[in-house]
Amino acid sequence: MTTPGLAGFIASGEDSQTCDVVVAEVLEALRQDFELVHDRGAPRGARRRTWFDTFDWRLYKADMTLEYAVAQHGGELRLSGGVAPARDAVQPVTGWQASRPHQLRDLPDGSIATSISGVVAPRALLPEVTVTGTTTAYRLLNEDGKTVARLLVEHPAVAAGEGRPLPPRLTITEVRGYLGQARRAARIVAGIPGVRPVTQPLLADALRAIGRYPGDYSNKVAADITRQMPAAEAAATILLRLLDIVEANVPGVLRDIDTEFLHDLRVSVRRSRSALKLFGDALTAPLAPRGTALTGRELARFAAEFKWVGDLTTPTRDLDVHLLDFEDTARALRAAKPDDLEPFRAYLKQRRVKEFRVLARGLRSPRFVALTRDWRERLTAILDSEKAGTAATVRSGRSRRAAVETTGTLAADRTRLAFAKVAKRGAMITPASPHDTLHDLRKRCKELRYALEFFAPLYPADAYGAVLADLKRLQDCLGEFQDTEVQIGEIRALATSMLAADEAPAVTLLAMGEVTAWLAARQQAAREDFERRFAAFAGVDGQRRMAALLRGGSA
Amino acid sequence: MKIYATYNIKGGVGKTTTAVNLAYLAATESKLRTVLWDLDPQAAASFMFRVKPRVKGGGKALIRGTRALDDAIKGTDFDNLDLIPADFTYRNMDLLLDSAGGKPGRKLAKLLAPLAAEYDAVFLDCPPGISLVSENVLHAADVIVVPLIPTTLSVRTLDQLTEFVAEFDGRRPDVLAFFSMVDRRKKLHREITENLYSERARVAATTVPYLSIVENMSVQRAPVSVFAPRSSAARAYRALWSEIQDGTE
Repeated sequence: MTTPGLAGFIASGEDSQTCDVVVAEVLEALRQDFELVHDRGAPRGARRRTWFDTFDWRLYKADMTLEYAVAQHGGELRLSGGVAPARDAVQPVTGWQASRPHQLRDLPDGSIATSISGVVAPRALLPEVTVTGTTTAYRLLNEDGKTVARLLVEHPAVAAGEGRPLPPRLTITEVRGYLGQARRAARIVAGIPGVRPVTQPLLADALRAIGRYPGDYSNKVAADITRQMPAAEAAATILLRLLDIVEANVPGVLRDIDTEFLHDLRVSVRRSRSALKLFGDALTAPLAPRGTALTGRELARFAAEFKWVGDLTTPTRDLDVHLLDFEDTARALRAAKPDDLEPFRAYLKQRRVKEFRVLARGLRSPRFVALTRDWRERLTAILDSEKAGTAATVRSGRSRRAAVETTGTLAADRTRLAFAKVAKRGAMITPASPHDTLHDLRKRCKELRYALEFFAPLYPADAYGAVLADLKRLQDCLGEFQDTEVQIGEIRALATSMLAADEAPAVTLLAMGEVTAWLAARQQAAREDFERRFAAFAGVDGQRRMAALLRGGSA
Repeated sequence: MKIYATYNIKGGVGKTTTAVNLAYLAATESKLRTVLWDLDPQAAASFMFRVKPRVKGGGKALIRGTRALDDAIKGTDFDNLDLIPADFTYRNMDLLLDSAGGKPGRKLAKLLAPLAAEYDAVFLDCPPGISLVSENVLHAADVIVVPLIPTTLSVRTLDQLTEFVAEFDGRRPDVLAFFSMVDRRKKLHREITENLYSERARVAATTVPYLSIVENMSVQRAPVSVFAPRSSAARAYRALWSEIQDGTE
């Protein structure tokens, strides 16, 4: 039996002709020590492979790759990496298409589905890149005519456009019990000029050829800012990054590939609104010479337009949340049966179809197109003039620093302010306080969270992590408190409209009633948890941690 | 994991050609993860798979367990098929088995047990004769495939073997004989094959004729299905393999 490749190499050259010369030299060198014969038993012919991952590279981040190849009868999926028992699993699959996204439910039951569901859900699997290629297999024989190693020569090409050839890959495979011979062959191959060891999988080569790289989309802000940067430049950089995320998600939302496109879009819109509130004034302050600062009116217009986008997306997202939680909700029922809720699910789906149409219309509207176009134009202009201004002052030897607020100062000031608001409003909350006070605190916490995230590159990682962990727990508690309340309200409203539309069997209404009771219990638990969570974040220790973080950030 | 042994007291009846061809079919057609252990110091099976008849530390290291059987395994040129080569020291295997401690007649079965994680089928190619080695093989095997030359004497040896196995305590292997090297031109061959097939329950319907293509295996150094897949010999071994599987499920 053979084992997976012992050593992999790339035959590199300036063009495919030079690469072929290198491959020929490899074969010639191996012939000095072994007899080389074509392996007639190995699968031959062109192979077409497509790699799949979620839009945000969840498999890649979990060190897994999922590959689809057309096999003799139908296709097969191959999962590499991951954990046992699905480590390097292969599974036949029917009705799969390499050119379109696939939902997790399209995966056949089996070890691959088991092993990736937790990582991928609720996202869809998208085709990343397709590689075609021919492979020639050789057997390396010893003096007895016995196969002691195998050599695979693969000529891959990216299938996009007219096809771009990638450098040939050579793999030496060991035959059990003949490791020494395989190693000898690998040494011979490695010694040929133009041959270098494989350091990256074929997927990485293929992505590079189409101008992509693994992890090229992330919903994290991670803007390229420094402490000494003028505040306006950092503000524009952060906002442009957020706009990139918004725009990256629009096609996925419109194609309705999975719910997370809309979620990421909404988060970035919300972040943009918070950023405008937190430091929008940095864009209106006098800028570098010849700079084109935003006017107060413009700022107000963009803020209002982003609010419009946020409101536009809310109904669909709310229904997505109900549908995503549906299984868990149905399982939590005690008195009612999960099936009782089915008419509710059907109603939610029907409502979502309607709301989605409104959303899609909005995202395709001239209003939305103008918003993103104008916003990018204004931010780019500010960024360019700031960069030019900085370069000019460096050339003239004069410092602009004294006159211009730096990103470090901006971050420390605004974050401190946001924290002070959270600490003050939270401290005033008592068990008798109305719900609205907690809802308001949740908004302030979000602003603080975004302020921390925007300026994260300025802070030491450990101090940042400590502050963020406590804040997250407080936000989770406030989120649970408000979300359950919103959901109760929505279910009541939906029940009313289902009844009006004559689509509400009594058992369904009873089950929905049970769901609201269950949500109310969860809300109560979150309310009881609040005090502890708040004290952990904004108590004496929490304040000390925040102060230390901001000192590190503004020092 | 199922263990098949090709065994006959007599030599030159086609044990090795049978083991080599059946192991090949198990691996390539039935897609079973298969290993063949060449127990015969003459090393004919190792030769046919072009593997050098050498085991590091010799039979002693394997039998005593100082070297894991796993270490001695060599990949053949065929998917799913591995080989544990013969070694000249196997000529003393009786002594090794006897001095290794534990139950000398069950030693081989114990050595093979760990292979179950890796293989679906094990073939044991035994040297001829009655010895501690053959006793070990008979105890270890689930199925004993007995090639018979159609002569009165070889029929007697089958009866002796069947009686011997019937006396085993506990688990007894299936014994399945078949006629090998059958020359249809010889009247005696025809009579014996026909009579014995109707008289004995455990005689296969398939017979492997005497064919020069089978002898050619040692020139080609490969199973007959590799270099003459459409030959009547290849067809006969394929039929025999499917009869063995059907009869011993």
